Amino acid sequence: MQALYAQLLVGLINGSFYALLSLGLAVIFGMLNIINFAHGALYMMGAFVAYFLLNLGGINYWWALLLAPIIVGIFGMILERTMLQWLTGLDHLYGLLLTFGIALIVQGVFQNYFGSSGLPYAIPDQLRGGMNLGFMFLPVYRGWVVVFSLVVCLATWFLIEKTQLGAYLRAATENPTLVRAFGINVPRMITLTYGLGVGLAALAGVLSAPINQVRPLMGADLIIVVFAVVVIGGMGSIMGSIITGFALGVIEGLTKYFYPEASNTVVFVLMVLVLLVKPTGLTGRAA
Amino acid sequence: MPDTAIAEAPARAATGGPILQVRNLEAWYGESHILHGINFDVNAGEVVTLLGRNGAGKTTTLKSIMGIIGKRTGSVKFNNQEIIRATSDRIARMGIAFCPEERGIFASLDVRENLMLPPVVREGGLPLDQIFDLFPNLKERLGSQGTKLSGGEQQMLAIARILRTGASFLMLDEPTEGLAPVIIQQIGHTIARLKKEGFTILLVEQNFRFASTVADRYYVVEHGKIIDGFSNAELAANMDKLHTYLGV
Repeated sequence: MQALYAQLLVGLINGSFYALLSLGLAVIFGMLNIINFAHGALYMMGAFVAYFLLNLGGINYWWALLLAPIIVGIFGMILERTMLQWLTGLDHLYGLLLTFGIALIVQGVFQNYFGSSGLPYAIPDQLRGGMNLGFMFLPVYRGWVVVFSLVVCLATWFLIEKTQLGAYLRAATENPTLVRAFGINVPRMITLTYGLGVGLAALAGVLSAPINQVRPLMGADLIIVVFAVVVIGGMGSIMGSIITGFALGVIEGLTKYFYPEASNTVVFVLMVLVLLVKPTGLTGRAA
Repeated sequence: MPDTAIAEAPARAATGGPILQVRNLEAWYGESHILHGINFDVNAGEVVTLLGRNGAGKTTTLKSIMGIIGKRTGSVKFNNQEIIRATSDRIARMGIAFCPEERGIFASLDVRENLMLPPVVREGGLPLDQIFDLFPNLKERLGSQGTKLSGGEQQMLAIARILRTGASFLMLDEPTEGLAPVIIQQIGHTIARLKKEGFTILLVEQNFRFASTVADRYYVVEHGKIIDGFSNAELAANMDKLHTYLGV
């Protein structure tokens, strides 16, 4: 039974990363109509920025949680202003190819300087150790990742679904020309939205650093699964991405316990099934 | 058919000077040249209607003034400020509001969010209670999804949301299209009341019977040019010409 709970916890942690990353992808797709293949590389950059902040600047994990998303988010906004904005109105394929190219370049640069092996990033002192819950042992840091990710996901959902700024974003997703004709600077809003999506990826990278180490290909390993999560949840759906992210993490964890051989493929099998039954994903809108 | 560079200026029905001056306005959709030198004025406080057949260039004229058409040349002055090169968000913030033909109600927003979406660009917009006074149906449907409203209610919402913003110059593109006569009448009353409140309105209409109930002046658009213009007092005398222009 202990092993089952342990796998459930691992599933929830993976689910946290899936949710944060797929949420960012959903926000970017909804607003820019771009399938952001650079998302994994930007997640990796978040972890590396946290590593640099600690080792070069002596800036601890807590500050990194704030600063890394801002720094990588600014990098993302520069990418959007200089490259992605020119793809407006073009076929999805162009955005996919461009962001895939960006991902390869960013990963290549980091691999060139840091190799492929992981760099250590210590768990902050306040989150070391664990708690005995009676039925399982819960490492504090892992519990923190799950709770913090959930809070960030729900805050993002609230921002988009329940605020005036979110109403601008949703309206601009439907008809950016009209929203701009109401007096809203839509190009600036698109840049900031890309920055927000990228910032979420970088935040996931910082959270992941103490668990998975900091590696140039850490995003490449994860991004394919995250895209499957987005496809299952429905491209562009905010709540769909959050729920699907956590749910698939748990399903993956349970599969590791009950049928480990299928744990690496279960997400993709589910993706195929969902696409057969509901091609727009569980909560998605038609393209 | 007179093909005047500047349509003969009809008698002014309103007391204000020109708030909008359009000169030699040309516009393109991609390679298609749609407007071929549009010229007209709108004076402060009046309701001016652009009449014309489908595809004549009426909607493109409104969109060009609003800065929505990518390629446009000529001159558009609003309150004596040149706006031909301004982006649409800047034009909106100068006090021009646009209500599109397709109404542009957002499906992902409820009625309240649709209503509150356009930001207030300057003081003087109608407060919500006055808007609900004009459109009582909307108050009862605030929580409904925007696109779940009837066609008439959607049109009311599309007009209502630009009244909040403080814009004094409204451009309404075919507000009566596809609506029941009783709703058309209500829209007519609303436009008349807005005129009384001091709004200046540029209306695009194919239904000149409706337009005649609200407009001070008319311009006829054909093949991307203004080919005629007259005041409401001259409407009866121009009826035959108008039937020819509009093919009705």
